[in-house]
Amino acid sequence: MNEINEVRKPPVATTGIIGWLRINLFFNWTNSLITLFVIYCLYQFIPWILDWTIFSADFKYNYLGEQITNQEMCSRNLDPENGGACWAVIYVRFYQFIYGFYPKVEVWRVNLAYVMLAFALLPLLYAKLPYRKYFLYFTYIFPVIAYFLLNGGLGFTEVSTNKWGGLLVTLVLGCTGIALAFPIGIMLALGRRSKLPVISMMCTLFIEFIRGVPLITLLFFGMVMLPLFLPEGIDMDGLVRVLVAVTLFQSAYMAEVIRGGLQAIPPGQYEAAKSLGMSYWRMNLLIILPQAIRISIPPIVNTSIGLFKDTTLVIIVGILDLLGIGRGTLADTNWLGLSYEIYFFVSLVFFIFTFGMSRYSLYLEKKLKTGINMGAE
Amino acid sequence: MKKLLSIFAVVAFAFSANAGTLDDVKNRGFLKCGVTTGLAGFAAPDDSGEWAGLDADMCRAVAVAVFGDRSKVEFITTTGKSRFPTLASGEVDMLARNTTWTISRDVNLGFEFVGVNFYDGQGFMVPSALGVSSATELDGATVCIQTGTTTELNLADFFRLNGISYEALPIETNDEGKENLFAGRCDVYTTDASGLSSTRAAASNPDKWVVLPEIISKEPLGPLVRHGDHQWGDVVRWSLNAMIIAEELGITSENVDAQTSSNVPEVLRLLGVEGNYGEMLELSNDWAYQIIKQIGNYSESYEANVGPDTPLEIARGLNALWTQGGILYAPPFR
Repeated sequence: MNEINEVRKPPVATTGIIGWLRINLFFNWTNSLITLFVIYCLYQFIPWILDWTIFSADFKYNYLGEQITNQEMCSRNLDPENGGACWAVIYVRFYQFIYGFYPKVEVWRVNLAYVMLAFALLPLLYAKLPYRKYFLYFTYIFPVIAYFLLNGGLGFTEVSTNKWGGLLVTLVLGCTGIALAFPIGIMLALGRRSKLPVISMMCTLFIEFIRGVPLITLLFFGMVMLPLFLPEGIDMDGLVRVLVAVTLFQSAYMAEVIRGGLQAIPPGQYEAAKSLGMSYWRMNLLIILPQAIRISIPPIVNTSIGLFKDTTLVIIVGILDLLGIGRGTLADTNWLGLSYEIYFFVSLVFFIFTFGMSRYSLYLEKKLKTGINMGAE
Repeated sequence: MKKLLSIFAVVAFAFSANAGTLDDVKNRGFLKCGVTTGLAGFAAPDDSGEWAGLDADMCRAVAVAVFGDRSKVEFITTTGKSRFPTLASGEVDMLARNTTWTISRDVNLGFEFVGVNFYDGQGFMVPSALGVSSATELDGATVCIQTGTTTELNLADFFRLNGISYEALPIETNDEGKENLFAGRCDVYTTDASGLSSTRAAASNPDKWVVLPEIISKEPLGPLVRHGDHQWGDVVRWSLNAMIIAEELGITSENVDAQTSSNVPEVLRLLGVEGNYGEMLELSNDWAYQIIKQIGNYSESYEANVGPDTPLEIARGLNALWTQGGILYAPPFR
């Protein structure tokens, strides 16, 4: 049986690391040139950034070994030749960045809420979680628990939202905005496509109005005008007003994203559902929405990330979120001039959250195989 | 926009004018004071989350006058845009927020400025290497200027009056101005003198920058309250005046106890030993004593927050007492 040719390995240049390099980085001469240029840039940049952020940086003590309590004690201000970033400002202000002005004795409540938030998100993010059903019950009641925990009531001392700040405000705004906007967005999207003219017109009007004005305008509306519409004596909390504005804004965008998904569903799906005698709600809940939302995952995550970053706009109505606390720190005469450190830290925190969101959406897309053309299957 | 704001002011006024703000504050148990979201030397949170600065002290002084306790104040952060609606709607009892006293704000917006706690004015900052000692030598300079502000108009007026030319580099924020100046993209940065000082203090080497002596505009910054509630306006006005008079009379937080046995009649009146001025304001009789004891006189607050020993290094200048070459002047306490 010598006729069978021996199995020859593919050429070295097409497999393994070398093959990958050849195909991806050095495919032709322009490609190679760009690769070399990028490598050169990284070579210039990476050692410098590592040196600045880590090796030459002050974390708590300066190069003389003193604990840093103001910007004049930073190594780079004592001796410009000697020192990189001065992270001491983040170290000293860490509490404010994470909790704002929340009273120190009550801060365990925020910590507990952070931990509970993680547990509440688990069953939503990970479908194979054991006892997922029970976790989901917890997720449903979490907002109520979080409200009493953070705000007070039910035996907890009240902590006015004026004392909230930093990451706490960013997360409250981001999570509430995203969580509330999703169902409202679905209703608006269905409403806009409704055959009942009043509902469809109202939804269209709402969406177009909200999308037609910038978020800043809505925030001002919430902050300044909303109280004027409320009867005398009813005092609406500043943060709640901002939350209302953020939620309205986000739900209009979410509605359009989901409407895009709805329109991508082939008419056959609707007809099939109807021919089975399904009601409007059953058809949407069981047939249409699961498919529409599945294909809308990338834009849903997109607008959610957008909202998460837009929460920084609340500073213009005087609420100090993560970025606001950073700016407040910069205005302290002790820490004047450390803008690089503070903005770097704030962007890092935002990056961690938004990158996490985008990686999660990729995982979801893979899991749900949204890449497949559904109608033509 | 201004018209709209004044409508809000009127509506808010209609809701809030009946009940006196002083009674509201007393019933609530703490003062709500509007401050900036952070401005070096005027109001910014310190490392422990407490607000500190000249404006923050103003808020605390009023809280002390009403409650005798400097901690009975809640700071509400406001921006340049949100400050007036916040005050008009009654969400804060007063603003101590670096606000320039102008006729339109005082009259048209329906507010009442009760005094001036800092006399500011537009100035110029240049690199000391430029070798310029007066703004009139700035012919042909590139100037970093915030667009859409009164500083822009003042600048144009100043250069036209002096018959010299300049090139404007429009910027949006203070940070942007700082970066452009430090990077050498403009020769001059112009904004309020206090802002220039904080910009200078933020530089890695402050000695490389110099603030020129010319001040080309009037920016009297002071606390303000809503129109129509004169009793409350008086409380805020005299809280400020008490601090200024205390400096005039040489009363400080350290010697205030000894001063209660002074033989100067005005000292005794101020500290509540004689007369019933506290009662007139519907405050306790030792309200001014408590302000001086817990906050200090004007000079103490100034030196601690913006004075020459702080990184801002703002000399007293116009903010010195009228007896010492400045224009700080409070009506007599009698």
